[in-house]
Amino acid sequence: MPANKKKHDAFARLADWLENGAQPLDEEIGESLADEAYEEENAAEKTIPSVEVKKQTPKKKKRQERHRRKRRDALTVGAYADAWWYRVTAFIVCVSLVGLLLYGVVRMPLFGNADTLADSEVASFYVTHTLEETGAVNIVTGIILDYRGFDTLGESHVLFVAVSSVLLLLSIRGEKDEQERLLESDREQRTEPDHDLVLQGGARLLLPLVLIFGIYIILNGHLSPGGGFSGGAVLGAGLILYQNAFGYDRIGKFFTYRTFRAVSVSALLFYALAKGYHFLTGANHIPGGIPEGTAGAILSGGLLLPLNIAVGCVVTCTMYALYTMFRRGAF
Amino acid sequence: MLRHVTELVNQHLDEVAALILFGVGFTMLLLDKNLIKKIIGFSMMDSGIYLFLASYGYIGGLRSAPVYTNGVTDPAAYVNPLPAGLVLTGIVVSVSVTAVMLGLTVRLYQRYHTLDMDEIAEQIRKEGK
Amino acid sequence: MILAWWQNLPLFLVLCPLMCGVACSALRGKASRCVTAAMCAAESAGMAVLLWYTASGNVSFTYAMGKIGAPFGNELRAGPAEALMGLGFTLVLTLSVTGGNRSLTEDVESKRMNLFGAMIGLLTAATAAIVFTNDLFTAYVFIEITTLSACALIGVTNRGRALFSSARYMVMNLLGSGLFLLGLSMLYALTGQLLFPQLASAVDALIAENRYSVSMYLSFLLMGLGLCIKSALYPFHTWLPDAYSNATAVSGALLSSLVSKLYIFLLIKIALRAAGEEAFIHRIGDVLFLYAAVGTVLGSVHALYQRKLSRVIAYSSVAQIACVYLGIALGSGEGIAAALFYILAHSAAKSMLFVTSHKLRRACGGADGLEDLRGAARRSPLAGLAFLAGACSLVGIPGLGGFAAKMYLAQAAIGGGGWRMPALLGLLAVSTTLNAAYMLRTALILYSRDKPAGEAGKPKARDAAFAAATAVMIGLNLFLGFCGRPVIELIHRGLALFS
Repeated sequence: MPANKKKHDAFARLADWLENGAQPLDEEIGESLADEAYEEENAAEKTIPSVEVKKQTPKKKKRQERHRRKRRDALTVGAYADAWWYRVTAFIVCVSLVGLLLYGVVRMPLFGNADTLADSEVASFYVTHTLEETGAVNIVTGIILDYRGFDTLGESHVLFVAVSSVLLLLSIRGEKDEQERLLESDREQRTEPDHDLVLQGGARLLLPLVLIFGIYIILNGHLSPGGGFSGGAVLGAGLILYQNAFGYDRIGKFFTYRTFRAVSVSALLFYALAKGYHFLTGANHIPGGIPEGTAGAILSGGLLLPLNIAVGCVVTCTMYALYTMFRRGAF
Repeated sequence: MLRHVTELVNQHLDEVAALILFGVGFTMLLLDKNLIKKIIGFSMMDSGIYLFLASYGYIGGLRSAPVYTNGVTDPAAYVNPLPAGLVLTGIVVSVSVTAVMLGLTVRLYQRYHTLDMDEIAEQIRKEGK
Repeated sequence: MILAWWQNLPLFLVLCPLMCGVACSALRGKASRCVTAAMCAAESAGMAVLLWYTASGNVSFTYAMGKIGAPFGNELRAGPAEALMGLGFTLVLTLSVTGGNRSLTEDVESKRMNLFGAMIGLLTAATAAIVFTNDLFTAYVFIEITTLSACALIGVTNRGRALFSSARYMVMNLLGSGLFLLGLSMLYALTGQLLFPQLASAVDALIAENRYSVSMYLSFLLMGLGLCIKSALYPFHTWLPDAYSNATAVSGALLSSLVSKLYIFLLIKIALRAAGEEAFIHRIGDVLFLYAAVGTVLGSVHALYQRKLSRVIAYSSVAQIACVYLGIALGSGEGIAAALFYILAHSAAKSMLFVTSHKLRRACGGADGLEDLRGAARRSPLAGLAFLAGACSLVGIPGLGGFAAKMYLAQAAIGGGGWRMPALLGLLAVSTTLNAAYMLRTALILYSRDKPAGEAGKPKARDAAFAAATAVMIGLNLFLGFCGRPVIELIHRGLALFS
C-alpha cells in the first residue's frame, strides 16, 4: 500500500517537526499531507447519501478548493511563526522571569528542613489530630474531606463546570456545521472497532481488574493512599477502555448521556448536602449524629466513605464524558 | 561569586527545577501561537507549581508518607500532609482547565482549520467585513 | 455554642447557588431559567439580610467550615464590607439576568439554556465564596470556577469571534491564576499558614525579624500581578475588549461588572487582611499608581477611536478599572473605601450599558457600528434613556453613582496629600473630559435625528422584565448618586472591622 506508506512517512515527519520546531516543514510534505486529508474527506463525502452528492455545484467545488488551501496553510504556517525575533523575545521573557523568581526563591527556607515555618504547628496538628477527629488513617484524605472540605467541594464543582463547558462548547452547531457533522458521523462509523480480537481479548482480561482496583481505591480512600479522585480516574479509564474495545453500541446499553447526567448531578447534590450538613453542625457545635466507627475499619470515618464514593462517581462520569465529547463531539 | 551561586542552587535544587519548569511553561502559554503548544505550556507551568508546593511538604530525615502506620501519631514520624492535599486539589483544577482549553481548541479548529492564533485572528478580521 | 440564625447565611449563600447550578443542568431550558432567576433573587435577598444584621450590629464574624476552624480548617468571614459588596454583585447579577432574559433567548439555543443556567449558578456561588472566604487556597479554587464559567459564558454563542476571544480570555486568565498560585505556594512555604488572620500575624513576625523579606515581597508581588492580569489593569487588558464585546449582552454585563471586580475585591482583602498595608500597598503603591494612571488615560483614548458600540463600552471598562486601582494605590483607608464605592458605582452603570446596548442594537436590526445606530434611542426609548443614564454616570454627571465615586476618590486623594494628590486630581479631570468626549458622543449619535442606515428590527413585543430591570438599575444609579454618604460610611465601618 504505497499511499498508506507515504502517509505514514508524512506523519512521522510531522511529528518530528512538532518536536523540533526549528526545521521548517518543507512545503511538499505539508501539501501531501493536506492532500491526503483532502482525499480522505472526498472519499468520505462520496459515501454520504446521494442527497449530498446532488449539491455538487461549481461553487461548492471552489469552496472546497479554498478549504483545502486553508488546510494546507494551517499545516505549514507554524514554520513561519518561528521567526528569529520571536524566539529571542520568548527567550528573554523566560530567562528574566525565571531569574526574578530564582532571586527570591534561593532566599527561602532550605528544602527538607524540619525547622521551616511550613512544618510548624499546623502540620503537626494534622498529624496528631486527624485520626481521632475524622477517623481517617490516610491523613491527606482527612484533610481534604474534613478540615479543608470546602476547598474540595469547590474542586469537585470545578470538574462539573469543566464538563458542562465542554458540553456547551462542543455541542453548539449552526447550519454551517451540518456538513461537518455528517462527515463526522461517517468518520465515527469507520473508527468503530470491527471486532478487534486482540483489543477485545485484552479488555476482557483487564477490565475486571481495572474496575475492581478502581472500586478498591475509592472504598479504601480513608485507609490507604487513594480516594475518590484517583479511584474515579481509574474507573473512568476502565470505561474508556470498554468503549474502545466494544464500541458505542455496547456501552450505550448501560451508560448514556442520561446516565451520566443522573449520576453526576445526584452525586454532586449529595456531596453538597452532606458537606452542608457537616459545616452547619460543625460551625454551630451541634453533634452531627453520624457514627464514627472504629478507626481502620472500612466502615469508619463518618462521612468520609460516602463522600469518597460521591466524588468517585463524579470523577468517573467526568472522565468518560470528556473522552466521549472529544471523540464524537456529543454523547 | 560563581561558587556562591552554585551552592545556593545546590541547596534549592527542587525549587530551581520547579521554577524553571514554571518559567518555560509560562512563556509558552504567553507567547506561543499554537493553541496546542499553549496548552502544553499551561500543563508545564502548573506542574512546576505543584512540584514547588510538594517539595515544601517534604521534611528530611526518615519520615514516611502521611498515612498512619502502626498507630503512630507522632508528628516527627510523617512529612507535612497539607501540601499533598493542596496539590491534589490543584491537579484536579488543572485537569478541568485543560479540558476546557482543549474543547475551545477543537471548536476553533473545526471552524478555522488552523491552530495558529494569529492566523485565526486574521481570518476573523477578514470575515468581519 | 449555637450561632444566631443569620450567622449561618454565608454558608447558605455559597451552597444554595452551587446546588441550584448543578440542578439546573438537569432541568429543561425554561425550568432552568426560572430556577436561575429565583436563585439570583434569593441570593440578593440573603445578602441584604446579612448586610442588615452585620451593619446594624456593626459586627463581623467568622464561620468555621466544619468542627475545627482556623488555623486548621476552612473558614468564611462576613462583615458589613463583605455583605455590601456581595449585595452589590448579586444585585447586578439579578438585574442583568432579568433584563437580558429576552436577549438570551435570541443568542443561546434553548437546548443549551440549562447549561447556561448552570454556569450562572456556579458563577454566583463562586462570587459569594470569594467575597466571604477567609482562606487563600479556597480563593484560588473559586477563582478557577469563575474563570471557567466566564469562559463558557463568552463562548456560548455560536460565533467564531466569541470562541476566539474566549480562548484569549482563558490564556490571559490562566497566566494570572498561575502567578497567583505560585505566589500562594511561596507564601505558604514561608509562613505555613493559609488563613488570612494567621497569615497576617506570620507575615508581621517575619517582617519584625527581618527574615525572608525578599521572598515574601516576591510572593505578594506575584499574587498581586496575577490578580491585576485577571482584572485587566491597563497593560494586561488585551483580552478584555474582545471578550466583552463578542459575548452576549448578559455575559458582557456579568464579566465587566462582576467577574473582574471580584478579583479587585479579593486583592483588597489580601492586601488588608493577609499582608497588612505595610507589606503590600505601601511597597508597590507607586508602581500600581503609575500603571493605573496610564490605564486611565489610554483606556479612554482607545475608546475614543472605536467605531463599534460594544467596543466603546468595553474600552471604557479598561479606563474605569484603572480608576479603581488609582484608589487602591493611594494606600490609605479612604482610598480603598473610595475604590470599593467606585466598584459598586461602575458595576451598576456598566451592566446597564451592556444590557441596554443589546436592546439598542436589536432596534437597528442587530447592527453594531456606531454609524448604523443613528437614532436607535428614538426607536427604543427606555433603552435609550437607560443608556443615557449609564453614560452620564460614567462621565460623572452629579446625581448619579459615577459622580459620587469620583468625588470620594478626589476626597481621598486630598486627605492623603503628597505628590499623589495633584496627580490624581489631574488624572480625574483628564479622564472625565475623555469620558465625556466618547460617552456623550455615543449618546448623541444614538439620539440623532438622522435616518438610520440599518433597517428597523421587527416590531418587538413588550419586554416587561427588561423594563422592570432597567427601571431598578436607573434607580440604583440614582441611589448611589444621591445617597452615597451612608454607603461609603458603611464601607468605612466594614474596612475598620477588617483587621
